[in-house]
Amino acid sequence: MKPDTDVALEEVALELEDLVMHFGSVRAVDGVSLSIRKGQVTALVGESGSGKSTVGRCIVRLLEPTAGVVRIGGVDVTHLSRRQMRRHGKEVSIVFQDPAGSLDPRMLVGDVVGEPLRLQAGRISRRDREERINEELGRVGLRAEVARRYPHELSGGQRQRVSIARALISSPSLLIADEPTSALDVSVQASVLNLLADLQRDIGFACLFITHDLSAVEYLADDVAVMYLGQLVEKGSRERVFARPAHPYTQALLAAAPVADPPRQRARKAVLLGDDLPSALDPPSGCRFHTRCPLAFDRCTAEVPQLLGIGDGDAACHLVGPDGAGPDVRQTNSAGSLR
Amino acid sequence: MTSPTQTHLGAPQDVAPVLDVRGLSVTFTTESGTVSAVDNVDLTLAPGEIVGIVGESGCGKSVTAMSLAGLLPRSARVSGSARLQGTELIGAPESVLRAARGQSIAYIFQEPMSSLNPVLTVGRQVGEVLQVHEGLSRKQARARAVELLTLVGIPSPLQRVDNYPHQLSGGMRQRVMIAMAVACGPTVLVADEPTTALDVTVQAGILDVLRELRDRLGTSILFITHDLGVIADVADRVVVMYAGRVVERAPVDELFAHPQHHYTAGLLVATPTPGRHAGTDRLQEIPGLVPVLSTQPDACTFAERCSAADAQCLGSAPALSSDHDVVALRPDHLVACWYPCGNPSAQHQGGRA
Repeated sequence: MKPDTDVALEEVALELEDLVMHFGSVRAVDGVSLSIRKGQVTALVGESGSGKSTVGRCIVRLLEPTAGVVRIGGVDVTHLSRRQMRRHGKEVSIVFQDPAGSLDPRMLVGDVVGEPLRLQAGRISRRDREERINEELGRVGLRAEVARRYPHELSGGQRQRVSIARALISSPSLLIADEPTSALDVSVQASVLNLLADLQRDIGFACLFITHDLSAVEYLADDVAVMYLGQLVEKGSRERVFARPAHPYTQALLAAAPVADPPRQRARKAVLLGDDLPSALDPPSGCRFHTRCPLAFDRCTAEVPQLLGIGDGDAACHLVGPDGAGPDVRQTNSAGSLR
Repeated sequence: MTSPTQTHLGAPQDVAPVLDVRGLSVTFTTESGTVSAVDNVDLTLAPGEIVGIVGESGCGKSVTAMSLAGLLPRSARVSGSARLQGTELIGAPESVLRAARGQSIAYIFQEPMSSLNPVLTVGRQVGEVLQVHEGLSRKQARARAVELLTLVGIPSPLQRVDNYPHQLSGGMRQRVMIAMAVACGPTVLVADEPTTALDVTVQAGILDVLRELRDRLGTSILFITHDLGVIADVADRVVVMYAGRVVERAPVDELFAHPQHHYTAGLLVATPTPGRHAGTDRLQEIPGLVPVLSTQPDACTFAERCSAADAQCLGSAPALSSDHDVVALRPDHLVACWYPCGNPSAQHQGGRA
């Protein structure tokens, strides 16, 4: 669990080193190390309760991590005070899942989008601010008149565009996108995903894209990190994770997402993991996934698998070799007959 | 465990449908005027068939389902006909509806936590249905509840029957909801986005349970979802709704292979599918928004967002039909469009050029 040392420091937009976030005895995040290079998109994927959103909140310092280090652009921001954080605040922004809940209903859209500018040191004139707001609204595909509307007058997709405009107006080097399209309809989701991809390419900010939906990130992410019960179980390039997922959990996630193609969907063998994500109060011994893993054997209950290099990326599984070779739960019976 | 049950079904036209909906329309009276939610919907459900209703929020799919058992608020005005095994449900007196609910038609909804009573054990809630509808004693009802929990795949049902809802995971709660819904062996089960609030790994298990219920008990299922992947997984036939109208209806393989309505085609290409977007960096979009209609116009309601639309689309509403000049369709493939997508090579021009 050492940080990636092969990446030069000035290249790194975000670095997490053994990040831990416990809420009392709930071990929501339990030792996550991750780095994102400048201008790259990393998808953080996991089920609800995996701790992926908590990681995002620790990065923007909505939560103060229990242990570990968060570095943004090489600066340790883990324990900065609110006042100190404000100076670094413009380096990182967050977009939440539900735009209705994250936009103040009593503020005009223009004020919502412009608020980060007010909070920054160094005042700018009202006219400059309005210009910046209009520019930002235009960039996310909204007309300038929208600035004089209230959030409730807009559709869900438009509101999420407002959230994105607010997040980007301070020109951050890092954007945390926490399930930004999960609350939206399919056709609207596509346009918001496209917008994020376009903006990312044009502006070149780094992005941590937090999602439960693997298919939504396939054409957006450079790298994929998979989280289970507070820990990373697999990291790697998007190409490798989709083509050759190493960890049984990643394989199960890929197999579980239904595809909009009936013959292909029927031909796929479902990997049933059972309903229960174990409690983060008392995570299972050994490999945390062993209670649901169809391939688990004695060693998995006793010994914690380390996140080890597998050529392209890392995986934490006793059955995966250093070259990334290992069994595939999608090829075996869900009864766990493979040993 | 995915059973290839497709073979024994596929809308047998000769079998009398268990549910036959004709010309169903629903309007709501609100403070800001009337809203037309459902317009002239026709729908059939054969015995043991799973029909998927797909559409985005606001397209009227849930309102259609709720209207069947009289579950809509008083502000709703429902017209048309919905016959469940010959019994007319629309406009039926409350006593008829009460008898039908649970016994002939049962529902499961998206959020099990808000549908379950938090202060009663799971066993009491499942058993209550049986006490009311089948007159079982409390003890008998409890024993039957254990059987039902086993049926829906809840492990150690003898312990779980005494659990309270908060002690169960989301997937378990949804299984309990299914157990309650099928307690009296309903002919028709309406599943309204039953897996939307669940993780994909849990969703797969719930879909399997529903499929098994159909296979074992012969329950007909009306499955409502916005997720085309889920539709591809469970449905035998698909009804696509847009702005209150049925715009396309076809067997599942036919619909996904040869979508004819430009909205269906647009939805399909807008849905992220693993593997399909390798090498591309954009999803196709459908421009614009689903309209909110106060009255149903004599026009195609998708015309404003459609690349193939012309004056005819804006001037008159196309009927749902399999008889089109542009393309020869199977008799069970119906589309309401003046200019269907036609042959497969042209289909992806729909939605957005």
